[in-house]
Amino acid sequence: MTIPSTRAERTSAPAGSVELDADVLVIGGGPAGTWAAVSAAEQGARVVLADKGFCGTSGATAAAGTGVWYIDPDPALREAAMANRENMGGYLQDRRWMARVLERTYDQSNRLADWGYPYPVDDSGKSRRNSLQGPEYMRLMRKRTKQNGVVILDHSPALQLLVDDDGAVAGATGLRRQKHDRWTVRAKAVVIATGGCAFLSKTLGSNVLTGDGYLMAAEAGAELTSMEFSNPYAIAPAFGSVTKTLFYGWATFSYEDGSVVPGAASKGGRSAIARALSQGPVYARLDKADGDVQRHMRASQPNFFLPFDRTGIDPFTDRFPITLRLEGTVRGTGGLRIVDDSCATTVPGLYAAGDAATRELICGGFTGGGSHNAAWAMSSGTWAGQGAAEHARQVGPATRRSLSSVGTVALRSGLERPLAPAELTRAVQDEVFPYELNYFREAGRLGESLQRLDALWIEASRADAATESDVLRARESVAMLATARWMYRSGLVRQESRGMHRRDDFPGQDDRQRHYITAGGLDDVWTSVRPHAATDYAEAAE
Amino acid sequence: MIEIIDAERCTSCDICVNVCPTNVFDKTEGIPVIARQGDCQTCFLCELYCPEDALFVSPFADLPQRVNVVALKQGAAMGSYRRAVGWTDETKALRGIDRSYLLFGH
Repeated sequence: MTIPSTRAERTSAPAGSVELDADVLVIGGGPAGTWAAVSAAEQGARVVLADKGFCGTSGATAAAGTGVWYIDPDPALREAAMANRENMGGYLQDRRWMARVLERTYDQSNRLADWGYPYPVDDSGKSRRNSLQGPEYMRLMRKRTKQNGVVILDHSPALQLLVDDDGAVAGATGLRRQKHDRWTVRAKAVVIATGGCAFLSKTLGSNVLTGDGYLMAAEAGAELTSMEFSNPYAIAPAFGSVTKTLFYGWATFSYEDGSVVPGAASKGGRSAIARALSQGPVYARLDKADGDVQRHMRASQPNFFLPFDRTGIDPFTDRFPITLRLEGTVRGTGGLRIVDDSCATTVPGLYAAGDAATRELICGGFTGGGSHNAAWAMSSGTWAGQGAAEHARQVGPATRRSLSSVGTVALRSGLERPLAPAELTRAVQDEVFPYELNYFREAGRLGESLQRLDALWIEASRADAATESDVLRARESVAMLATARWMYRSGLVRQESRGMHRRDDFPGQDDRQRHYITAGGLDDVWTSVRPHAATDYAEAAE
Repeated sequence: MIEIIDAERCTSCDICVNVCPTNVFDKTEGIPVIARQGDCQTCFLCELYCPEDALFVSPFADLPQRVNVVALKQGAAMGSYRRAVGWTDETKALRGIDRSYLLFGH
């Protein structure tokens, strides 16, 4: 255990707020954030972790169960694991990154076992480590984070980053929403681990994930990538929040009249469900699960059954209405672009981890499930924490730098009335929820949507600063708006279908577009193309 | 969405106020109140962390539901999630029974 003397220290606190000095500030307290905080602290850094909600329950993992891309270190097994989803991801993965993620995930999962995570043991006596129960996992990660001397600020959403005179990121400020005041953390490096953006769709555990980190990082000059891979939808009971698509592998999907929806499946047939849902209600029944499977499901994912048990539905024998909830970049692969093995972004002092960072390096254009995201959170969190601690060491002893805040929309006084967060959120949801806009994309529809989103941005950017009670919701709505614009701008320039990005007007995959799309900018959103590493080598060899 | 804080069972420990990731509850002089029900994301985690089984989250994510506390307390619903994941003394053994490894790859 690390000695408490490395704890971040409280410095001069202006009335009604708290100010802390740290080596590393981690924003976000899900898996990636806690791994980042733990690994930075293990390097001797003084670490503060600020979470919008409560570190331990916040984010997509805590509320769910997740597979983990945990593969024994057998070269043949690892090779098969890497090859397995390359086709699904549109061949945009990077083998070197996949290999290092497999290695790091294996090590960190085994550390979880050492720390007391209750992995199940199979009939042969082997500990099975390719799945984690979210509440149990994140309760343990909070404990480890505290044991490492990290100062945790709960219910403390970050609002904007601080930069020094050279533009290097040097802290952040935010709200303490239960204390009704503000926090400021001056830090030598910052890790963004705020998760992806699911646009308040109520997909399980994701309503804290509104793209806040993308917005803050972009305001400091960071770039995003693969934002066109941002349109997975998860199956849930129509009335409920519990999205566990794996279990719908045992489902039969039907129309109102009971006839089967042709081609509908949880894997490889979700578009048929989306098309059917645009026409009317769709029902599911998990009638392909035999008694054993039913028992395993109950043991593995108790919360899957809460919506059924509490409404008197037997999901194995009764038909129940379903819906698709947008998961955005939580299960998409787009996010902040990282430029080296330490998960640094293009901005000095700024690192990204977990779903806040792109997962293109191990997933390409399709995650296919939670296991890669969980592996990525453990791995990128560890690397970003170490990278940030190392960066802090290089910055050296604190000379008190003069810092400025770089937040823009909803934070600066403008000419017009403050923006209305609820209205803006609804307007953004109207652009990203509909299947005909986001699931099934097409140039005309994307272009028109972008025009509406750009108009919303112009309006928002002229608005006056939000009031204290509205500022968090205002920033969330602006972050979602910015995210939608990066998504659709990137989606428009990828004139093909690849990974989860599906274009009605370009239904095929185009070999000439086996590249990454970078996006950035706020007032003026831009995109550019970066070569895929393997394609690059192939061309150089020609 | 969260529907019930049962005044009979609640000990005002305020754990729910702390652990709710979307800040739905407020502390009061007495037991906490559901101050922002519309912000509830129906993740059931407050229920899981409540040591008294005093909370009930309705599975309806988008609309408030009228629920009958007396009937709920007579039935097994309150605290059912906590028992199922092994977070009670009597059910501790359930913490290690994840069988996902038998379901993957389907």
